[in-house]
Amino acid sequence: MSRSVRGRAALVLLAATLAVATAGCATTVHPWDRDLLAQKRMQLVPSPMLHAVDQHVYFSKEGSTGGDDVGGGGCGCN
Amino acid sequence: MRGWIRAACLLIVLCIAPPTARAAAAPVVGTPMPRFKLPAVSGTVNSDSLRGHVVYVDFWASWCDPCRRSFPWLRALHENYAAKGLVIVAINLDKDRVAAERFLVKYPAPFKVAFDPAGGTAEAFHVQAMPTSYLVGKDGRVLETHAGFDSKQAAAIEQRIQKECAP
Repeated sequence: MSRSVRGRAALVLLAATLAVATAGCATTVHPWDRDLLAQKRMQLVPSPMLHAVDQHVYFSKEGSTGGDDVGGGGCGCN
Repeated sequence: MRGWIRAACLLIVLCIAPPTARAAAAPVVGTPMPRFKLPAVSGTVNSDSLRGHVVYVDFWASWCDPCRRSFPWLRALHENYAAKGLVIVAINLDKDRVAAERFLVKYPAPFKVAFDPAGGTAEAFHVQAMPTSYLVGKDGRVLETHAGFDSKQAAAIEQRIQKECAP
């Protein structure tokens, strides 16, 4: 096998791999499938209260806010 | 270099093509209604047996709020126009049959209710929103399609049904 043929084969293989890897980007969610996405277990934050407690512990220990999702300065007044 | 360009083009086409191809397949007013045969509350619903009737096909799910609001209206429609030749087919798209049955206890449906948890019929009808309804004439062709539900639209649909059911 000559070098250029091998190079081309490698390119085709790479393109095919990338195509398969990105094929998932092309799927659309059907309107009738949205119930599954709306389920509680699909949320980014499954339990808002536990998340809030975790965040409170975190910023209390770190001594500053604003690093995560809470806006504000480091006045220590919260 | 040319290989890379080709690979990039292929990628772009692969990413864009499937959704566009699906959008182009939308059913158009005037075309025959897609055929279906689905299990119903009792027996099956076969689209072939609906020929000669004015048919109102409604896709719904238990979790969809406008569907909930549309059911009393569908019931009134059934009571007023069933004798004049209107057949209402409400196709449920819930994955969970129990959720659908719980909904039907709360919102009784005296009309035909079919179940399609896989959503194949919805795909054939190219449902774009929940609920989506299709008014089909006696010749089996789609007369009107409606996405969503609101009472203003409902009045217009009822007028059209009245017109189509007239002898």
